[in-house]
Amino acid sequence: MLQLFNGISVSSILLLIALGLAITFGLMKVINMAHGELIMIGAYTAYVVQNLFAAYLPDAAFGWYFALAIPASFAVAFAFGLVLEMGLIRFLYGRPLDSLLATWGVGLVLQQIARSLFGAPNVGVTSPEWLNGGITAFGGAVFPYKRLFIIGLVLVCLFVMYLYIYRSHSGRRMRAVMQNREMAACLGISTRSVDAVTFAIGSGIAGIAGCALTLIGPIGPSIGTYYIVDAFMVVVLGGVGKLVGTVFGALGIGLSNTLFEYWTTASLGKVLVFLCIVAFLQWKPMGLVAMRSRSLDN
Amino acid sequence: MLLRTMPPQRIWLLAGYAAAAAALFCAPLVLSDFRLNLLAKFLAYAIVALGLDLIWGYTGILSLGHGVFFGLGGYAMAMYLKLNAGGGRLPDFMDWSGLTALPWFWKPFGSLTFAVLAGILLPMLLALVLGYFTFRNRIRGVYFTILTQALVIITVTLFIGQQAYTGGTNGVTGYGKLFGYSLASPDTKRFLYWVTVVLLFGAFSLCRYLVKSRFGKVLRAIRDGENRVRFIGYNPAVYQKVAFSISAGLAGLAGMLFVLHVGIISPSMMGIVPSIEMVLWVAIGGRGTLGGAVLGAILLNSAKSAFSESYPDIWILFMGALFVVVVVFLPKGAAGLFSQLKRVGRRKAADEGANGVRHPAV
Repeated sequence: MLQLFNGISVSSILLLIALGLAITFGLMKVINMAHGELIMIGAYTAYVVQNLFAAYLPDAAFGWYFALAIPASFAVAFAFGLVLEMGLIRFLYGRPLDSLLATWGVGLVLQQIARSLFGAPNVGVTSPEWLNGGITAFGGAVFPYKRLFIIGLVLVCLFVMYLYIYRSHSGRRMRAVMQNREMAACLGISTRSVDAVTFAIGSGIAGIAGCALTLIGPIGPSIGTYYIVDAFMVVVLGGVGKLVGTVFGALGIGLSNTLFEYWTTASLGKVLVFLCIVAFLQWKPMGLVAMRSRSLDN
Repeated sequence: MLLRTMPPQRIWLLAGYAAAAAALFCAPLVLSDFRLNLLAKFLAYAIVALGLDLIWGYTGILSLGHGVFFGLGGYAMAMYLKLNAGGGRLPDFMDWSGLTALPWFWKPFGSLTFAVLAGILLPMLLALVLGYFTFRNRIRGVYFTILTQALVIITVTLFIGQQAYTGGTNGVTGYGKLFGYSLASPDTKRFLYWVTVVLLFGAFSLCRYLVKSRFGKVLRAIRDGENRVRFIGYNPAVYQKVAFSISAGLAGLAGMLFVLHVGIISPSMMGIVPSIEMVLWVAIGGRGTLGGAVLGAILLNSAKSAFSESYPDIWILFMGALFVVVVVFLPKGAAGLFSQLKRVGRRKAADEGANGVRHPAV
């Protein structure tokens, strides 16, 4: 039971990270290896907000810093994403492997900058008082509030993303570009601005993920690299272009990771998960949910 | 006579090769033992770069997993050295982890022939298996790249986790003798340098032969239009698998040489960062040109050892920036820059000459 809960908790974080990746990959065929560093930026934003609250506001207000940290993380990562898209990604359109290498370079630089700004050792973010403790459920298993809060946060993000993608004008434009870029451009959609905004939103979500990670443990300059490969596996497993695929991909990887590691050891568990993914791709090479298209090369 | 019949480009190329060969021959006379050992290490890296170029530059498949193949080769050689260093005793890290008998898969590594064969064939086999399960489903491009990166992660966690069998984070080290000769002595080092030079030439010739053959033409065709190749009647998956596997074998060979030069192999040398650094060597030197790949590996590593010792922070910034600059501005690397300059120069000459003949673009 507790394992199941842990698995869902891991999945929820993976989902938050993979959401942005899946969207940008589906839309622009760009693999953003700097995504992990956007997570890091979000995490350090939360750290800075916490320090500002501790320094300038009365103690009573401190507990509420997290409410401000979430939008702040989103905003900062959003801005970084926008700059990254306009300054670099835009020029690598249609060269997915190159974009992968270039963004990895960006990630390296960002990590190094964080290292010189905040120092190489991990820093801790004090969780607000109201998130300590947990619910004791049947059988004595404790569900920490922090984990529950993260799951709730992810659900909210997912819902907002759903509304944005499927129920807003901007989201409709995004889906149109995703399905057929040339046709969308012919119909008067500015694919450039759609690209930029979508990339920035994906980055912003990574920022929120970083903010959420501060609740779980200390943060460091290379916090993103720890999650990024798993998040990419979610995208590979889930397929691109549909939210559902990403959700199930994240659940699949998060749960199987936790369960396999529980049944075997941490290192063997990872191997088993990888084998499962490769086996699964034999059955569905394009992932769980693939966008249908008649084009040969997609 | 022969020179006169050759196109000028060919002559330049030959001259370049001759110069490179001369430089490698003279190096032991000029360089100190320490520098020579470094150079030997870089030459081993150049073998990896050749393999990577074959798969990335010529076939268009980006592998971020070559660290694993490199590491497997390295471990095979390290296991042989370790078994022969202890004089029949258990390797020390097994003692610490409480093993009392040698694990079965360590036993055959007591023989050098087996270790060398395993160091090349194991990576090839792993690449073949991964290639079989991915290429046949037309999993390619970034999907394949991500899978290779996942392969790196799980291999590294596995090697760290199974401390009793692999030495964990510390890796396998603490040997020091090859055929009874100390690995640290300058004579052995010089000998190993020559071995590396010969193997690099061998690897280069192999890759050159492959690239010039019909096989190489199909590889390039796959890179430029996989579906067309399929429609013509080739099965791209077979070619991709074979190329990937050869490339992995070269990485394994390089790993073995690396262990002989450096004297240690550990999971951190096969991780994500080293794997992607290998890609950078090829990118810098110029993908799609074998000479460029070799040159890139040697140049970048020389720069790294010059800078990173005194300014490790700046080196990381520099490497990150280099990735961006090379990918955005120099997609064909230094070799591409060279031919670009040549083309510009030639066009200028053609424009200036009153009846200059325009050469067709190369």
